[in-house]
Amino acid sequence: MNADFTIEELAFQKEVRTFLDNEFPFEFRTKIDANRRLSKKEIIRWQKILYEKGWAAPTWPVEFGGTGWSQVQRHIFATEMGLIGAPEPVPFGMKMVAPVIMEYGTEEQKNRFLPDILESNVWWCQGYSEPNSGSDLASLKTTAVRDGDEYIVNGAKTWNTYGQYADWIFCLVRTDNTVKKQEGISFLLIDMSSPGITLRPIVLLDGHPEVNEVFFDDVRVPVNNIVGEENKGWTYAKLLLTHERSNIAGVPRGKRRLRGLKRIAADTDDGFGNTMLENPRFKNKLAEVEIQLQALEYSELRTLAALSVGKAPGPESSILKIVGTELAQEMDELFVELAAYSCLPFVPEQFEDGFQGVPLGPGNSAYAALNYFNNRKASIYGGSNEIQRNIICKHVLGL
Amino acid sequence: MDFSYTEEQQMLQESVQKFVQKNYEFATRAKIIASENGYSNENWELFAELGWLTVPFCEEDGGFGGSAVDLTVMMDEFGKANLVEPFTPTAILGGGLVSALGEKGQKTELLGPLMEGKLQLACAYAETGSRFNLSNVTTTATVEGDQVRLNGEKINVLNGSNADKLLLVARESGAQTDRNGISIFLVDNDSDGLSIQPYTNVDGKKAAQISFASVSVPLSARLGEAGGALPALEAVIDRATVAVSAEAVGALEALLQKTVEYSKTRKQFGTPIGTFQALQHRMADMFIECQLARSIVIMAAMKLDSTENDVEKSKAVSAAKSRVGKAIEKVGQEAIQIHGGIGMTEELDVGHLFKRVTAIDIQFGNTDYHTARFSSL
Repeated sequence: MNADFTIEELAFQKEVRTFLDNEFPFEFRTKIDANRRLSKKEIIRWQKILYEKGWAAPTWPVEFGGTGWSQVQRHIFATEMGLIGAPEPVPFGMKMVAPVIMEYGTEEQKNRFLPDILESNVWWCQGYSEPNSGSDLASLKTTAVRDGDEYIVNGAKTWNTYGQYADWIFCLVRTDNTVKKQEGISFLLIDMSSPGITLRPIVLLDGHPEVNEVFFDDVRVPVNNIVGEENKGWTYAKLLLTHERSNIAGVPRGKRRLRGLKRIAADTDDGFGNTMLENPRFKNKLAEVEIQLQALEYSELRTLAALSVGKAPGPESSILKIVGTELAQEMDELFVELAAYSCLPFVPEQFEDGFQGVPLGPGNSAYAALNYFNNRKASIYGGSNEIQRNIICKHVLGL
Repeated sequence: MDFSYTEEQQMLQESVQKFVQKNYEFATRAKIIASENGYSNENWELFAELGWLTVPFCEEDGGFGGSAVDLTVMMDEFGKANLVEPFTPTAILGGGLVSALGEKGQKTELLGPLMEGKLQLACAYAETGSRFNLSNVTTTATVEGDQVRLNGEKINVLNGSNADKLLLVARESGAQTDRNGISIFLVDNDSDGLSIQPYTNVDGKKAAQISFASVSVPLSARLGEAGGALPALEAVIDRATVAVSAEAVGALEALLQKTVEYSKTRKQFGTPIGTFQALQHRMADMFIECQLARSIVIMAAMKLDSTENDVEKSKAVSAAKSRVGKAIEKVGQEAIQIHGGIGMTEELDVGHLFKRVTAIDIQFGNTDYHTARFSSL
């Protein structure tokens, strides 16, 4: 038993590091360290740099312009990216809709959609959840009714992340009301500029309109925008959900955040003559998080080893999702504890471009509460942690 | 033994409940927060009319009696409604310090108008490096003849931008964390050298960061003895700590009740989610947390009203804040989680209650601080 990389893998790791050191724009690094959001333009700029290198799509096969990397190479790449805080590609195109199009789409759809996703020319968003269909996604009610060469779509989708920036949306829609709920769902690609689509931004607890409700009012969609067969969408959606869950443990990001917490703790007085990094109680809490991070890292590596020898991602990914999100939330709480009074001011605009005022609070501490509120979503999205526990009960424990 | 409210306390509770029902709808509260002052002056005048502003004060000061238990009765209801009016900074902190340290003249000048709703106060004690240690003070007060010169910077000054007068905690002598040498000065909000940076806190309440650059006040602006203000400051903050803990208990019970209601109406997989045992047990645990939090806050309030010595009182306060902090974490997070996505939005009161209790968790010292204080006393 060993957890070592091969000589080739180590060489690859070095190549990735050198590339990121040289090519990841310094001003992005500064911005990310200051908890400022990268703009759409900046994310595209980074994607184009990756594209030039041939690394835009680490998970895609070579025939579609992907890297064709092994599982271990993907892991190394994701780790190095995470450690410096480089943004992953916006997942909705690259990691969600693209694999479905590759697997079930027509040649015409592959040629039409995949190159633009690869080059970040077209941005996608996700149309899955509905106001009354969250954890019970299959109960969705948005309908698509065939009318000649078109479907007419009516309904509402919600929790649509960054829909305000998206050019296209992939949707699960109901095409048959008369059968079992999972059997009447289709997978439809819809141009966001179609007449009849309206967006209502939803402001989250951190003051940012990160998600939207999307309304479809007699939206006409050409029938050749359906992926695969009519009423088979649920099968495709399940494929997509397993992709959504890859990399979900967030170990590299966790390591980076832990480093950041230690740095801020070293600059924060505990009020009694020590820094927070020297404060024994806070030190213990940091240690507990670090230990859990190691347990998570080795759980992820064991899953990775299984994937490398060709096993399909199984319910283990539920462990990674639950522990990864809950550990991230523990770090959010530690950040709030560290920041104390400094995170009480609600001034979200100080983390936006063009803020001219005096920032409140030392370091990034003012961000702690906003971050804590926002990241409560992590145990809700991507199949809530309750659903993940159900998966473990059903598929692992046989309950 | 009797844990029931007295008739007077029941009337006080009903009076707050009636006000809240009539004047504190979700949309109304949002409008108040968005207004310039961040609170409603109309409401404030009504509070005075209803006598609420007299509740924290003893009868000699012209108040209702000043019992901590009375205060928790009100704060509990304020918490349920997530009220943003500056009751704690003006009446409990500011008024409390004047009552504890002020001379007769100062009391007459300040407490009367305060209880009539005509005076807003704020207490500037926290600094960037002090964290929760009240004796850690770097803001200086230098006596020059019959004037005092004030220099330093204060953070987390609740109601700081609305206050007519600030109560500034400053060091007249001694080293940074000495218990002796700390005084409190009354500073007018339009004094030269005062720079107030106002903002809204995560819970919708107004606060400010305030710097004092050679601000000059007369020696008569000092409250109490030179260098001897710390014990009174600690006692007043202890009282405020119990008050916001009671507010948190009200808010947590509101979160529990809203979560239970939601779980009865929200259907997934063809059934209300409240029928799932996995969620039922978690709501049962939320209920237990609320009950324990309520119990320990009652204990602390009763100790404050008793003849126990100061150490025992402070220990009880820290026990309450520490335990309430744990309940805040558990009940607050579960309320959001069980609501799911909708709990994450600004559109539902649940998220706002969650933000308020999170702020209370930090205010006057978090769980970690109060657990350590409890064990060290």
